[in-house]
Amino acid sequence: MKITRKDVENVALLSRLEIPEAEVETYTGQLNAFLEYADVLTSLDTKGVEPTAHVLPLKNVFRADEVKPSLDRELALSNAPEQENGYFKVPKIMEG
Amino acid sequence: MNLFNKPAHVLHDMLINKEITAVELANDLFARIDEVEGEVKAYITQTREAALAQAKAVDEKIARGEEISFLEGIPGVIKDNICTKGVKTTCASKMLENFVPPYNATVVEKLNAVNPVILGKTNLDEFAMGGSTENSAFYPTHNPWNIDCVPGGSSGGSAAAVAAGTAIWSLGSDTGGSIRQPAAFCGLVGLKPTYGRVSRFGLVAFASSLDQIGPITRDVTDCAHVMNIIAGYDKNDSTSINAEAPDYTKSLTKDVKGLKIGLPKEYFVAGMDADVEKAVRGAIKQLEDMGAEIVEVSMPHTEYAISAYYLIATAEASSNLARYDGVSYGARVEGTDIVDMFKKTRSEKFGQEVKRRIMLGTYALSAGYYDAYYLQALRVRTLVKQDFDKAFEKVDVLVTPIAPTPAYKIGDMVSDPMKMYLQDVCTVPVNLSGVPGISVPCGFSDDGMPIGLQIIGKPLGEETLIRTAYTFEQNNEFHKSIAPLREAK
Repeated sequence: MKITRKDVENVALLSRLEIPEAEVETYTGQLNAFLEYADVLTSLDTKGVEPTAHVLPLKNVFRADEVKPSLDRELALSNAPEQENGYFKVPKIMEG
Repeated sequence: MNLFNKPAHVLHDMLINKEITAVELANDLFARIDEVEGEVKAYITQTREAALAQAKAVDEKIARGEEISFLEGIPGVIKDNICTKGVKTTCASKMLENFVPPYNATVVEKLNAVNPVILGKTNLDEFAMGGSTENSAFYPTHNPWNIDCVPGGSSGGSAAAVAAGTAIWSLGSDTGGSIRQPAAFCGLVGLKPTYGRVSRFGLVAFASSLDQIGPITRDVTDCAHVMNIIAGYDKNDSTSINAEAPDYTKSLTKDVKGLKIGLPKEYFVAGMDADVEKAVRGAIKQLEDMGAEIVEVSMPHTEYAISAYYLIATAEASSNLARYDGVSYGARVEGTDIVDMFKKTRSEKFGQEVKRRIMLGTYALSAGYYDAYYLQALRVRTLVKQDFDKAFEKVDVLVTPIAPTPAYKIGDMVSDPMKMYLQDVCTVPVNLSGVPGISVPCGFSDDGMPIGLQIIGKPLGEETLIRTAYTFEQNNEFHKSIAPLREAK
């Protein structure tokens, strides 16, 4: 076993997902099937090989710091589940 | 009038010669949609009213004696993970079921500048995660060649619409084969451009270092024309390539004499369907007969590509999809506190495949596993890319199958995600390496399902791909075959 029920519960927590008890087993099995297959990868010797996160030789892409028109506030809020006085509204975070 | 089964370049000429009007063409497509969409289910949203207005404007332009450009008045569709201002963009997810983008993707702006008729938004695997369009949160799309089969995916709606005659052309997106494989399954031409050739601005991100937008069309000529519209640098996408896009239609020439074509033996995998192998080998023989030189090459890291791809793609997805938290847009499910709200929103509104990938990616990035999985996958990505670099020192293009099998039955693979992932063996190395790949029809299986040939090019080598694909296409009749569903009843 590469990944246990406990691991799955932990990644679910990190991912802000709630997995019903009945489904934990299924996900554990499916993730294991992949990770066991990916063993082929972890056994490959890659000493001295640079990682490629991105295929283009791009570093930081800069632009001039100029004020330009941006999205209208009303439009930016138009898809918000909840809004108030021009702000996104979320459930209370702080106590008191 | 049965205009729905013609390619865009034929319809463009008919418009110019005043044989048809854009409104007649749009109405012909509406009639076709009414006739077959109930079976195919390629669409998520239809935009008929706007489409008709666009068609009328084109007719007025023609009546004024003005010239029209290639896609003007030609009906097309856009995959529903590409943002369209004022038109719902759902990603086939309950999370974005009611999301109306406040802006257009750059490709949509570029399209709008040439007045096509946009008929609507097409179905996909949720957030483009899948290869069969069965992972749509709404309904699966059916293959017009056999409605019991999948159309491929994730751009299954875009491919099925063109194959069914409910659109003339379409845009898809390709992270691990999602343009090329559905094009192959539906008997069409699909191009994944070089990473950075087409702007990703406004494409809902799945795996940012792999995603590219590209066309799905009836033939290579239409593919070149659509590329002329969508390719090019975009200041809104910092990963777009700052190089001028060529006129791709200049590559529509029948000539492969002296072209060096590499045949990577690792792509002819064990368990490959016999009909697929026969069709692909037959196509290679044809290219040789047309004057190309066939060179066997070895790409030894191909067998590691699926593992590396799924680790990298899911790691990027887990990060990209963290934004769906019920705050600024998308669905919200109320909870006892804010964290409970995050969890309930994400658990109820993401489908199973999306959750599986988020968890796999989170695991690969988590403390203790980062080096063994994510970092190792990035190192293997380098090796896969080097295989391409080395091959392209010897050859101009590579030719391979698109998928190990033709389209399979709906439901056949849904219970086994790993089996589904293995289907991507021929397409994911192309995304890992950032090179362009095209799918062009090259035959049929014994039971009549289309088979695609993949041609892979050097970075920014789209012109050679188009030339090779065009030469092959014009020496065959595959692109003229019409899906059985498409025959006028």
